[in-house]
Amino acid sequence: MISIQGVTKRFGRSTVLTDVSLDVLGGGSVAFWGANGAGKSTLLRCVLGLLRFDGRITVGGHDVLRAGKHARMLIGYVPQELGFYDDLRVDEAVRYFARLKGIAPRSVDAVLVGVGLPGQGRKRIRELSGGMKQRLALAVAMLGDPPVLVLDEVTASLDACGRGEFVSLLSRLSGTGRTLLFASHRVEEIAALAERVVVLERGKIETVTRASDFSGHLGADSTLHLTIRADARDSAAAVLRSGGFAPRHNGVGLLVPVRSEHKAAPFRLLADASIAIDDFELLTARSTPGHAHTEVHS
Amino acid sequence: MNATIAAGAVRTATPPSFGSNLATVAQRELREAVRSRWFVLYTLAFAVLGLGVSYVSAAGSGGSGLAGFGRTTAGLINLVLLIVPLMALTAGAASIASDRERGMLAYLLAQPVSRIELLLGKYLGLAAALFASLCVGFGVCAAVLSFKGEGTRVASLVWLIGLSMGLALSTLSVGVLLSVLARKASAAVGAAVFLWLTLVFVTDLGLMAGTVAMRLRVEQLLALSLVNPLQVFKMWSLHAVDANLDVLGPAGLYASEEFGGRLHAIFGLCLALWSVVPLAVAAAVFSRRSPV
Repeated sequence: MISIQGVTKRFGRSTVLTDVSLDVLGGGSVAFWGANGAGKSTLLRCVLGLLRFDGRITVGGHDVLRAGKHARMLIGYVPQELGFYDDLRVDEAVRYFARLKGIAPRSVDAVLVGVGLPGQGRKRIRELSGGMKQRLALAVAMLGDPPVLVLDEVTASLDACGRGEFVSLLSRLSGTGRTLLFASHRVEEIAALAERVVVLERGKIETVTRASDFSGHLGADSTLHLTIRADARDSAAAVLRSGGFAPRHNGVGLLVPVRSEHKAAPFRLLADASIAIDDFELLTARSTPGHAHTEVHS
Repeated sequence: MNATIAAGAVRTATPPSFGSNLATVAQRELREAVRSRWFVLYTLAFAVLGLGVSYVSAAGSGGSGLAGFGRTTAGLINLVLLIVPLMALTAGAASIASDRERGMLAYLLAQPVSRIELLLGKYLGLAAALFASLCVGFGVCAAVLSFKGEGTRVASLVWLIGLSMGLALSTLSVGVLLSVLARKASAAVGAAVFLWLTLVFVTDLGLMAGTVAMRLRVEQLLALSLVNPLQVFKMWSLHAVDANLDVLGPAGLYASEEFGGRLHAIFGLCLALWSVVPLAVAAAVFSRRSPV
């Protein structure tokens, strides 16, 4: 479904992607993981044909640079934050993008109900919350039932509650044989949506792993995701290992499987070693959708 | 028409045609312009100032009350010279840059729409908005004049609307080019206003200064005038209204005597070039530039 062959992208002298190759078969669900600047969003923009690059990307057999319109007919895209025209009504926005996709939605209300926005059609977009705007973007992305969804850190601007609801909605809508390609900083999203995880580091594919291996439960009740500065990660991992934990690097920090009664211990160990933690998440529940026919290789 | 999938299998879908996307984007742009305050304010200002010009030109000719449209035309030409380029330059300048700034440009281009379709659609939508504004402005002016019993020369009105539209299209092209080149809408609009000032005031003063200081020959003066679309509009309007460019001094006299009946074609070609070339450059730059 999506073929990425030898893609290199430079901005001036800076090389953001270096010889990235990847094939995603139809129905696959692939997450891009990596630190800021690793090249996740750039790669997605290349897939959409928004950026010029060296190499070749095809979607459904269509070259995204030479036959961009045909390729994008197969893609529904949800950006990190939507900059819709604020004065537009929700139903007008849906109709506008439907026309750009060459379709006539039978009922805008039905489209909105599908993403949890019933009765919001007459509202101006400026009146919507961030979460509602993302739902609208998802509604637009799903117009025409595209076989591919491309999501670029779609929950980054949402609060914890909104994130959970949105991921649940995505899980429901995408788990129907659709190919899903998304960038995320959040392990719980990857656990809920991805089948495979591509770890990008400095524009190169570092590893490709199964999502079930990614957060590494290893018999623990939950997993701590600790965001730690790159230059302190090795020493933090050493400290945690000496404390009996099994931390794993994941591009922006460490994943530490922990039992519920020991959740605070990694914090104590790192504080004693004067290692700062920039952020953390506690991951306790996950589900993996059962997608068929997925193949990812670099 | 739409793709539906089973895992691993795709039916290709046909994207909307060039014309369909052009119409969709243009309609959206027109609707946004009509809803915006700038459109309403410019149109109102244009109509009100047009009526004001009528009074002033009547007083100047010794009459009283509203002047007929024929006599008002000369005054309106100066009004158009000030307002229409400002409208078109700023509208064009805001078009692409503001979409880029709010992240809308990348989102639009992530749909099955090409860059040329988007750029041309926006251009056509704004051109339609400007045309509507000109028709409303001139129309209100002409309607009031007729209501007051003054004669309205339809031919003058049509010529003036047509030439104003030519000026609008050419300055809109330049505005769109500025919008494509600028990273931020404020920079694009700022550049547009600066260019407007340059075209309206500096060029006139520069021509006068150049004539005195560099002893420009009359044909050089005419050539320099033709470089400025505002000057082209002014000369063409006067030529169309009374076929006499004497009021423009030696350059106008030279143009009348040297080119005579070919002046319409020359002026038309100048405005056409001003419309097409900046838009073509904008399209070339836009097709290669990152929308992010």
